[in-house]
Amino acid sequence: MKDERIRKVLATHGRLPVEAAGLPDDANLYSAGMTSHASVNVMLALEEEFDVEFPDEMLTRSAFESIDSISAALTTLGVE
Amino acid sequence: MVQKLISRLRRRRAVGVGIDLVEVADVAAALASPRADRYLELVYSEAERRDCATPDGRVDPARLAARFAAKEAAWKALGDAAMQLGWRSVEVVRGRHGQPSLRLSAPAARIAQSLGIRRFAVSLTHEPAYAAAVVVATR
Repeated sequence: MKDERIRKVLATHGRLPVEAAGLPDDANLYSAGMTSHASVNVMLALEEEFDVEFPDEMLTRSAFESIDSISAALTTLGVE
Repeated sequence: MVQKLISRLRRRRAVGVGIDLVEVADVAAALASPRADRYLELVYSEAERRDCATPDGRVDPARLAARFAAKEAAWKALGDAAMQLGWRSVEVVRGRHGQPSLRLSAPAARIAQSLGIRRFAVSLTHEPAYAAAVVVATR
């Protein structure tokens, strides 16, 4: 369920040239075409979707490089 | 602008280079969103926001986009290690005559030091639709 919501956010805000639904969980989103600026929009949309706030130390580019890494970051924030 | 960069590179050995292009519309959309304050706070320093302010109190999306491009270009110049950095790790500051330079956070400075980088040359440009930056890292 969490991964599906992440994919929905990526489809809306990631500006990916490929379907977010078809991306493997470990696919590198930057390699898939997500721009650095789009990753900011994804981060903001994730905060909205999951009602969380990423602390400064988690705001690295690597935290948003794959569905797996986003899911792990959200888990750290208590999202199951 | 380019001549100045070439002149600097003749004096110092380049060890990294980065370039980035940002659509101004993307930045404008973020500024128009309900999360605009959070966007500004997370990505840009107070000085960067001040440098991009318009006389009527708004923020110029094209100038912000150029600063975003500079951050990305600096990360590219730093290589893979920069994946561990955040958006506030690289800041564009203006010199006395308006010339841009980069100020790095402590983690970014440590990465630069480990690569033997002592200085960065940065050049920014923007048009209504796009903003771009080039960063050259030298010893």
